Amino acid sequence: MIVAERKPMAEIVEMVKDCKKVLVLACRGCVTVCSAGGEREAEILSSLIRLGMKKAGKSIEITTGSLVRQCDREYIDEIDQWEGKYDAVVSTACGVGVNFISNLRKETMVYPALNTTFFGGSAEQGVWTEQCAGCGDCVLHLTGGLCPVARCAKSLMNGPCGGSVDGKCEIDKDVECIWQSIYDRLGSFDRSAQMEVIAPIRDWSTAGHGGPRKIVRDDLTV
Amino acid sequence: MSFDPAITLFSCHYTSQQSCAEEGKELEQLGFPASINLVRVACTGKLQITTLLQAFEDGADGVYVVGCPEDGCHNVKGSIRAAKRVAAVRAALEELGVEGERVQMYHLPRGLHPEFVAKGKEMDARIRDLGPSPFQN
Repeated sequence: MIVAERKPMAEIVEMVKDCKKVLVLACRGCVTVCSAGGEREAEILSSLIRLGMKKAGKSIEITTGSLVRQCDREYIDEIDQWEGKYDAVVSTACGVGVNFISNLRKETMVYPALNTTFFGGSAEQGVWTEQCAGCGDCVLHLTGGLCPVARCAKSLMNGPCGGSVDGKCEIDKDVECIWQSIYDRLGSFDRSAQMEVIAPIRDWSTAGHGGPRKIVRDDLTV
Repeated sequence: MSFDPAITLFSCHYTSQQSCAEEGKELEQLGFPASINLVRVACTGKLQITTLLQAFEDGADGVYVVGCPEDGCHNVKGSIRAAKRVAAVRAALEELGVEGERVQMYHLPRGLHPEFVAKGKEMDARIRDLGPSPFQN
């Protein structure tokens, strides 16, 4: 899922300081699962914005709502139900949602309530870890299913580097050296020889270095 | 600056059950501050962050939660959950530039123990010292 976290309240209050009416809009997709921008978090944010504005000696009318997702055109249209109730939208979706609303609703100002952080999973309750960088050219079949792009601090394709000590990364003793884990895991499948294969210089154009990415599926377009 | 604070207390049903005996008169006789509005909840673990924030929106100068001891919660982890939510509210208040001490969590034994009254007095004194809520503007 896309993992995100709320921006500092001072930043959010600054965004809406001149608004009279705001729609705090939750997303029931990834950010609900990672407890950053679902309906519950949108209610909390609404309360905090009201309190922040009160402290600044201002009043604000807040409507709190949610969409199934903010990354699909069909759901964005549902914003119409709150027409007239807001000067601006504060979206608790990931950056995709904020962009989608901005793309589709030329008259609507949209502010991001979250910092969109990474593609990850829930390692345990309340803890999320990065697992994928969305680089567009997956090498997981060569690395025992563990991603060196997302999980190596240097995104090395031929690791480990000299900073790997006792299975930990030199950037932090609590960070796993993913290349050590790749080595251990390939070994458990009797595939250690894979480590000897030198990965070629990588073409990063698929990772966004070639500009914004787009997928067109002719079998699905109408 | 002297003022009469409004303090909201969310207390666990078990921790506060003796406190409500004789319609709270015993509590009053023991010197429990009149500034505190006691709200009993089935379990403090049920309290949501929004409930605590709403108390501030409704005009509380301070908010505190009294739940079971950490190692003796009737609902196992209810008071631990409550403490985490109080901590989240405290962090949010500080983000807004407001004193985090305006929200507190206490773990107290069941029944009407002297600590229940003592913590009420402590909270009353703390909020009087801090002054009116900055959200009262």
